[in-house]
Amino acid sequence: MKKDQLKKWLEPLETAWVGVATHKLRSSLTILGIVIGVGAVITLMSIGRGAEAQILTNIQSMGSNLVTIRPGAFTFGGVRGGTSETLTMEDAEAILRQVPYISAVAPSYSSNLQLVVGGKNTNSQVSGVTTDYMSINNMKIASGTLFSEQDYQRGTKVAVLGSSVAETLFGNANPIGQQMRMGTIIVHVIGVLESKGGTFNSPDDAILIPLTAMQQAVAQPLTPQGGRIVSNITLTVSDQSQTQNVIDDITSLLRSRHRLGPGADDDFRIMSTEEIASTLSQTMGTLTLLLGAIAAISLLVGGIGVMNIMLVSVLERTREIGIRKALGARERDIWIQFLIEAAFLTFAGGIIGIICGWVVSKIIDSIGVMTTLVTPDIVILAVSVSICIGLFFGFYPAWNASRLNPIEALRAE
Amino acid sequence: MIRLQDITKVYVMGRQELTVLRGVTLNIERGELVAIMGPSGSGKTTLLNLIGCLDKPTSGSYYLEGREVSLLSSGELAQVRAQKVGFVFQTFNLLPRLSALANVELGMRYAGGSDRSRALDALAKVGLSDRANHRPPELSGGEQQRVAIARALVKTPPLILADEPTGNLDSRSGEEIISVLTSLHAEQGITLIMITHDANIAHHCQRIIHLKDGEVVSEETI
Repeated sequence: MKKDQLKKWLEPLETAWVGVATHKLRSSLTILGIVIGVGAVITLMSIGRGAEAQILTNIQSMGSNLVTIRPGAFTFGGVRGGTSETLTMEDAEAILRQVPYISAVAPSYSSNLQLVVGGKNTNSQVSGVTTDYMSINNMKIASGTLFSEQDYQRGTKVAVLGSSVAETLFGNANPIGQQMRMGTIIVHVIGVLESKGGTFNSPDDAILIPLTAMQQAVAQPLTPQGGRIVSNITLTVSDQSQTQNVIDDITSLLRSRHRLGPGADDDFRIMSTEEIASTLSQTMGTLTLLLGAIAAISLLVGGIGVMNIMLVSVLERTREIGIRKALGARERDIWIQFLIEAAFLTFAGGIIGIICGWVVSKIIDSIGVMTTLVTPDIVILAVSVSICIGLFFGFYPAWNASRLNPIEALRAE
Repeated sequence: MIRLQDITKVYVMGRQELTVLRGVTLNIERGELVAIMGPSGSGKTTLLNLIGCLDKPTSGSYYLEGREVSLLSSGELAQVRAQKVGFVFQTFNLLPRLSALANVELGMRYAGGSDRSRALDALAKVGLSDRANHRPPELSGGEQQRVAIARALVKTPPLILADEPTGNLDSRSGEEIISVLTSLHAEQGITLIMITHDANIAHHCQRIIHLKDGEVVSEETI
């Protein structure tokens, strides 16, 4: 009895296999269409996932308890409203004094300055920072030293460079001890930062000098009230669970310091690393889906290929269908036979596609073009979509086959 | 076993109606060996298809083993075909990609599942044990028709229908096929209905039904 049950399931599979195996070239080309589709979905989505993971690591390396305050109201359309020069040194000092759970505050003032190194003349963004800036941003020195509290107090003209900036400016030469002209002042390079990689807010591109030295290079602008304007304020929260409270406290403090009425919009924007991370991973998730959707078009084309082949196959085997019907096959038997064939083609394509997609994404990863990450959900998605496509596009030809009139089918050549 | 009452069959082709059978009434007993003869276009094949439940009559009633089958759904008809009817066609209708044995096994496929040893038995009965693994294109016409007969009898149906089983064969192979069919009938008591043009073959049967223009014009018992 059990053996009979097994047979009942195995026989349609065997029939489908014979159908596939008797047309090897045609079946393999059909499978190839699905392989390309599934492979493309997996490769492209793994690129998206890889980028997502890399950005999250970058943010983590920035320090996960970081809060950044930038000037200007920010609306989600991406349009900044109001004046962009609202944060001051005095704000930063007030925050450190008045808001609890803050371990360090680092205001910075950035400006585009002309740099002259040897004969070379470039323009680059230079940031005037405090000594806390480096520790808050998790920056580590690779060679030389960071500037000291003393350097900061005295306004010593020294600079610490990001790794890629150092390479751009000095090539292979050791930049430590070298001189560079920065606007009106001349600074000595005393250190180079450890490379962190990544493209988002990368410290590799930073040129850091003491904020006090910066004030000698360019006149730091003042607010009408006489506050010294800064570009942004970065701070670390000592207790991560208090991040939201810290943000709320800073908001009310700054609102009162900036004399904003109850109805007025904030003239600054506060973001925590967590918030940035979640916004970015959301964006990257959308990107991954978009890449997947583009690849899914080729999967769709593959599915249409399956349907095409199944229609041809039904037409070509009309007589076989007639014979089977004469032997007592019900519509359901014929229907299942052709549906299994279509499902078999797409399933085989799906499996081979996974392997190909995985191999391609590993190759992309290993030659260092992009970071890729094949996650189980991508694989499950690709396979289930390919099987659904097989069943969907196999349904119509199979239904056509099952509806054939046995007498006419037997007469077919 | 078979009782046809006033069976008509009308095919509609576009706007034209083609009446193929006009009121056929016929009784065939269990174990009979019957020949159906008639000029082409007389409705022989249509009648055989109706008896074999491949088609439904336009009007009239058909009792197979006491069961009214002209009202059954296509799925139920398929089951009747699977259980009760074995077909032998003029053009053999074997699946060319399958071996002789696999073709015979296919005869049981929709009647409850294949059984290799029964398929080999059936091939032995038609004298083709040594050809079990050959494919139809590698067999002679007579051998192919014997495979087809083995396919029809492997599920031991009460009824075998043969539509000009010797029509595509030379006379020697034709005689072989007729002797295989008649001996199966004699040994197993299968009801056998066969269409033929050949009066010699018809005279191997117990009864000859003459059909003309969709009507039974005469019956002779031999």
